[in-house]
Amino acid sequence: MALSFWRIAWNNLKQRGLASALTALSMALGVAAMCCVIVVYAVAVRQFSQDAQGYHLIVGGKGGALQLVLSTVYHLGQPLYPIPYSEYRRLVDGDLSGVVEVAVPYCLGDSFDPTTDPENPSDRRYRVVATTPDLFDKIEYGTDERGVPIRYTFRAGGRNFRTDHAYEAVLGSVVAAQSGLKVGDTFSPTHGISGEGEKHEEFTIVGVLETTGTANDRAVFINLEGFYLLEKHALSDAMAAEREARIAATEALEKNRATPAATPRGLLPPEVLYDQNDQPIEPLAEAKREVTSVLVLCSSDLGPLILNTKINKDPNQSSQAVAPAGVVTSLLEKIVGPIQLVLLVLTILIVLVAAIGILVSIYNSMSERKHDIAVMRALGASRVSVMLIILTEAVLISLIGALGGLVLGHLFIAAAAPYLEAEAGVRLAFWRLDPLELMIVPALVALAGLVGLLPAFSAYRTDVARSLSGGQ
Amino acid sequence: MLLVENLRKSYRVPGGGRLPILDVPRLAVDRAEQLVIRGQSGCGKTTLLNTIAGMTTADEGQIRIGDVDIARLPEAARDRFRARHIGYVFQTFNLLPGFTAIENVMLGMTFTGSRCDRVRAEDLLERVGLGHRLRHKPSALSVGEQQRVAVARALVNKPVLLLADEPTANIDPGHQQQIIDLLRSVCETERVAMLLVTHSPEVSSQFDRVEQLEAVNRVASKALHEAANESSRTAQEQWP
Repeated sequence: MALSFWRIAWNNLKQRGLASALTALSMALGVAAMCCVIVVYAVAVRQFSQDAQGYHLIVGGKGGALQLVLSTVYHLGQPLYPIPYSEYRRLVDGDLSGVVEVAVPYCLGDSFDPTTDPENPSDRRYRVVATTPDLFDKIEYGTDERGVPIRYTFRAGGRNFRTDHAYEAVLGSVVAAQSGLKVGDTFSPTHGISGEGEKHEEFTIVGVLETTGTANDRAVFINLEGFYLLEKHALSDAMAAEREARIAATEALEKNRATPAATPRGLLPPEVLYDQNDQPIEPLAEAKREVTSVLVLCSSDLGPLILNTKINKDPNQSSQAVAPAGVVTSLLEKIVGPIQLVLLVLTILIVLVAAIGILVSIYNSMSERKHDIAVMRALGASRVSVMLIILTEAVLISLIGALGGLVLGHLFIAAAAPYLEAEAGVRLAFWRLDPLELMIVPALVALAGLVGLLPAFSAYRTDVARSLSGGQ
Repeated sequence: MLLVENLRKSYRVPGGGRLPILDVPRLAVDRAEQLVIRGQSGCGKTTLLNTIAGMTTADEGQIRIGDVDIARLPEAARDRFRARHIGYVFQTFNLLPGFTAIENVMLGMTFTGSRCDRVRAEDLLERVGLGHRLRHKPSALSVGEQQRVAVARALVNKPVLLLADEPTANIDPGHQQQIIDLLRSVCETERVAMLLVTHSPEVSSQFDRVEQLEAVNRVASKALHEAANESSRTAQEQWP
């Protein structure tokens, strides 16, 4: 077995153990920080995109498409003005239902504050989403690593709420963790999203969702039927009458324009509704109902196009249809582009600083190592050989630093993963390597080799006889 | 085996002139012969060895080792030749501090371009009495032991010529003889020619063939005569 240049370089590094270790450590910390940023950023972007999967369109009030997507998908910002319940019916069993696989209505506008002290409301409020059980039964919220669609699941002991039980609710995983509420507990939504509104009636929690990594982890889901029965959630008699008249006129105009689906594509109001005590109560009349938005999963690839045309091109329509994927992609392009550039610049800076660290470390050691280099030259090492040994040292430090940094970074991620999942519902797979991370290692090694040329050239120029006699 | 003819070496000095160091008309060492060159410090002994080893270049002349005139080889070829055919024992041992005894010896084989023979390295360390200290670093060895490692390193490639530069100068008197005995016996066994330079009469007295540097090097001889003349003039001025 020969003493390879790797072995000689390794021995040289060990000889200057503390300096080498500190250089590698500083590099590893830089790389680890970069890895954390890259991984968290990639996961955030992936999950942000994933949140809008599982359905093709969102139908909601007219206004900004971005506002509609942000309020419906990410529970951010003000919801748009609601649309009549009849718009939902058109998608479920009306003229638009022919191309619809499933339609899930959303009523937004209430919030939930887990703080028990009503005098001191917290800043951490969660949106209340009134919907139908179809959201969890028929919509997939993303795909796993193999591309297989994932459905919502409930934690042990929990279940979906029932259509005919008005006051049942389901909690997202983060809300459950933050509030401490569990199946069987009750809570009262607050009217409005500011948190300053009055408390509504109590809902009973019947299920807690497993973590999905989507914005729904930070939301509370209540039965739409119960929502309508809450104070200030029904239209006045006058408004309902006016709306009924308008709907009747429109229906007369649109009669036979399209063939409705054979079976309803969404849940309709139950004939009998039960309250908390299982006493029958009357559902709110459809004329008095509104929905904030409707998630629409189409039955064919052409469906989104057809609905888009029918809804958006009709000037009489009070609603709009938005493809969330397109809006999210456009949003990500606007935000992600610059962030990616910043990340790239940061990566380059870290690699540069690390490479300079290697240069300083090795170059500073050159004067005290001239003698050792001269000894190797006296033993027959050529100038190129000693140069290669110094370059190997630079490459070794960079490899140790870069790989150590990758490991360290992913250990940080592993340590932070449970906290991030509980706090933000963000799932981090600590073992997953981002392609950008993998670029750091060869980039660092190449640059270390490049900066190593300077001390290597100094070794190349070593005067053997003079260095052996003690001169420099 | 070693034949040095008309070797001249000088160093550039500030001001543009050159200071002659070596002027060796002829120096020959036969195969397995052991030659000692005696001379005072600073009279060019180390320069002579460095020039023969090809670590520094001669101004003119030839240095033949076997059939090869090392003075005419380009630097890379000289390095390779030195690695394969010349062993060098330094006054200050010059072991690498980060390497163990066995690694220091194997380092001598690393640059030959052929396979390293660990068994040979271990065998040599065994023969110099350090078989039990293979994995010790120089800092854990006594100076005598360090020089023994250096001897093993110099001989590990089975050189034809061993150059020894004051090999006992940094060793306490008690261990000096051990090193000389070791060098002589190993060179005899391995049939290696040895050129040893020293200023020590005790060392040189043990060898059959001893040359004064002044007899070999005209520069040293001239310097010696000038010094003698100067001393004589001074004496006459003081005692007319």
